[in-house]
Amino acid sequence: MDPVLLARVQFAMTIMFHYIFPPLTIGLGWMIFMYNTRYQENGNLVFRQLAQFWTRIFAVTFVLGVVTGITMEFQFGTNWAGYSRFVGDIFGAPLAAEGVFAFFLESSFLGILLYGRKRVSQKLYWFSSLMVAVGATASAFWIVVANSWQQTPAGFEVVTEMVNGVEVQKAVLTNFWEAVFNPSTLPRYSHVITGAITVGVFFILGTSAWQVLKGRNTEFFRMSMRTAIVPCFAIILLTMIVGHKHGHQVAETQPAKLAAFEGIWETQTAAPLMLFGLPDQEGERNRFAVQVPGMVSLMVGGKFDTEIQGLKDFPPEDRPPVAIAFWAFHLMFYMGMWMAFIAFIGVIFWINKKLLDHRLYLKLCAFTVPVPFLANEVGWVAAEVGRQPWVVYNLLRTQDAISKSVPAGQVLASITMFTLIYALLFGLWIYLLRTQFKKGPDSIETLAAEVE
Amino acid sequence: MEALQIIWFLIIGILIIGYAILDGFDLGVGFWHLFAKKKGERTAFIHSIEPFWDGNEVWLVTAGGALFAAFPPVYATVFSGFYLAMMLVLLGLIFRAVGIEFRNKIESKTWVKVWDISFFVGSVLPTVVYGVAIGNLLQGLELDPIGDYTGSFFALLNPFALFCGVVGLAMFAHHGALYLSMKLEGEMAETASKWAQKAWYAFLFTLMPTLAYGVKFCISGDYRILPMIFIVLTLVVNSAAFMLNKKKKAKEAFLASSVTIAFLMLAVATALFPNMVPCTNNPEWSLTVFNSSSSQLTLLSMLIIAVIGMPIVLGYTYFIHRVFKDKVKVHKD
Ligand code: HDD
Ligand code: HEM
Ligand code: HEM
Repeated sequence: MDPVLLARVQFAMTIMFHYIFPPLTIGLGWMIFMYNTRYQENGNLVFRQLAQFWTRIFAVTFVLGVVTGITMEFQFGTNWAGYSRFVGDIFGAPLAAEGVFAFFLESSFLGILLYGRKRVSQKLYWFSSLMVAVGATASAFWIVVANSWQQTPAGFEVVTEMVNGVEVQKAVLTNFWEAVFNPSTLPRYSHVITGAITVGVFFILGTSAWQVLKGRNTEFFRMSMRTAIVPCFAIILLTMIVGHKHGHQVAETQPAKLAAFEGIWETQTAAPLMLFGLPDQEGERNRFAVQVPGMVSLMVGGKFDTEIQGLKDFPPEDRPPVAIAFWAFHLMFYMGMWMAFIAFIGVIFWINKKLLDHRLYLKLCAFTVPVPFLANEVGWVAAEVGRQPWVVYNLLRTQDAISKSVPAGQVLASITMFTLIYALLFGLWIYLLRTQFKKGPDSIETLAAEVE
Repeated sequence: MEALQIIWFLIIGILIIGYAILDGFDLGVGFWHLFAKKKGERTAFIHSIEPFWDGNEVWLVTAGGALFAAFPPVYATVFSGFYLAMMLVLLGLIFRAVGIEFRNKIESKTWVKVWDISFFVGSVLPTVVYGVAIGNLLQGLELDPIGDYTGSFFALLNPFALFCGVVGLAMFAHHGALYLSMKLEGEMAETASKWAQKAWYAFLFTLMPTLAYGVKFCISGDYRILPMIFIVLTLVVNSAAFMLNKKKKAKEAFLASSVTIAFLMLAVATALFPNMVPCTNNPEWSLTVFNSSSSQLTLLSMLIIAVIGMPIVLGYTYFIHRVFKDKVKVHKD
């Protein structure tokens, strides 16, 4: 087996599994903070009940984010030694900063949020929920810095040095802030965070709708749905707007990627937007294309005569796998439209109070629970596959980045191990979520007794 | 430049020591977990570490990140060279975390039992592997010129390294038992204190032969006096831990055990210095503090991060231990 392929499969698999959980904890973290704030403001126990129930869901999810995250951190060294040697001077710092500034914050205050409710003052409890949300959001920052640097490197120079008679290249930091705020950091970070919050709020909306359908704790879950509708609508719009901005940056800094996203082969003005089609890498063309003329030029440059570089401008060995990048990008876009549609109807129904109980709508909401997760996953697939064949854009090829000392057999063994364990973890997660939903929230009476 | 490199060697040492002391006690608790026979006791064990374990593990995450940032070639060589061992550590860390968090979520005998076992195995496995890894680093590895490990997996399982694994297990078992005797009450605290005594003997009896052989690495290093001093200090403070435990001074004994761990790690660090990964087939190819570090600018930027960040981190650690300073109750059932 090809060791490069194995290493890539393992990386893709483990990161995609990791990425199921952090977006949910980021999104839930902010909603829990909102519930705690409302409770502080008006003392309405329903908000305490909401905070408490969703904190339980948060707890079950959080631990999976942690264990799968440690896998990721080790993996740069275990499977990508070539990469680590090349980028270490730049890449390690954000990873360490993430630990120092974000994970410690989050894990300490999470201890209080989960186990300290009866030990600390109301104010401190509220503050802890804020710190957990801030911590989760901040952890995403540093890792996104690291990823953004490998997409659009800045603030560095490449040096060649002799190590024991062998020529070795590496990137060396020349400007810390340029590296941290490289051209794609802010567009990517804002899109990643809005995408993560999208997961959290749609999760609350959809799972609550599902409980209402099942007739379990309907009063509580109706309330829960009502608190999620407006956030859903606001955040999905924001995600799409920010994503659009992110697209501009891709067009500027990674033209081969943009061309792959849109399936554009020839450099042209008035480049069309392909709604559907099958890009054919060998034949350098698209099959079954359904196109809207001029739209890509319009979206990228604001006018039809914006020139868009096509894939044929790049030598074949420098082109990403077009079909994967194209479809991942388009699926993200379509899922975004779908969520906007659901949230829009939700807002109309919310204004017209009764309609929220419309069974078809409840079903649609429940059905939408996996959609933001998938949108996030395919978004990353688009970003990462679109960067190929480079690990560090235009500097280091993926094939030169792996650990040369690890035999393919060992990687195969670890892939098998991860597949089994992760399947088990996923099953457990679903199972525990179900038991939590069946159990429902603590009753208002219990909570009232606690307050006294 | 040299000063920065040495500072970073020290900072990484501190992070690893912090990890060993803090996660050491909850890994040790995991070792004893199956020795408690009653359900209520095991539940109390879990409660005693519940609010802390994640924060403790972050020391490992941060140490890993800092190693990556300050000494990328070392990170690359060690993590890829110890590939299967690292996978075992991950396996262990996954199962213990999930065990801690999921155990009390569902009331079913088999459910609880499965997670008890998973917590135990998940604690023992990484502990042993850490020891084995240190044993191998002390002896050095077979490397190629750019630092890729060229030996086999089985070469890592040599007697000295395996012995170091057992030392590690005994050390954390001692540390964990002292933690339990400090955190629990009544009968269970007594039992834990007795466990600590047994573990102390195990620790000493495995440590002595390991040291006897290991001194060879200390006297071959460039700074031979330092590791010797730290070894003596280790033995002295470790005896104090024993006496304090006997006198039922649980907190002080736990502190002494923490200091023991710190001294032993310092002995290892100074024995290696200036090497980080000694190369056996050609000493010139060894990865050292001076030939494997990041650039001046990176080390400096990160130093600023560390100087701002570490006091805050220590603050959190202190704060969370204050909030949960009460003893954990053992429920009878
Ligand atoms: C709920 C999730 C979600 C939704 C609805 C969208 N995205 Fe997205 N998108 C992500 C979640 C996401 C992400 C997972 O967060 C990515 C992966 C990497 C990144 O920067 O964000 C991403 C990547 C990503 C990229 C690639 C960045 C790169 O290659 O570096 C672009 C251009 C867009 N998005 C643009 C959009 C547009 C125009 C959307 C309008 C519908 C959209 N996204 C909806
Ligand atoms: C900071 C965060 C990330 C970093 C540093 C990173 C880095 C990398 C690296 C080094 C590879 C392997 C080389 C390659 O095949 O290109 C890779 C591949 C990949 N990553 Fe990321 N990644 C990050 C985040 C993510 C996330 C969150 C996801 C998705 C959930 C993701 C999805 C993938 C996929 C699907 C591949 C395989 C691409 C392919 O083989 O064609 N990545 N990434
Ligand atoms: C390949 C790159 C990645 C690495 C090396 C990585 C590393 C880690 C580690 C070590 C943890 C556990 C921390 C602990 O013990 O508390 C973790 C959890 C977490 N990660 Fe990742 N991560 C990666 C990708 C991402 C991405 C792309 C995001 C978000 C955009 C993210 C967001 C988080 C968050 C929020 C947590 C906290 C746990 C939670 O809230 O669920 N990570 N990650």
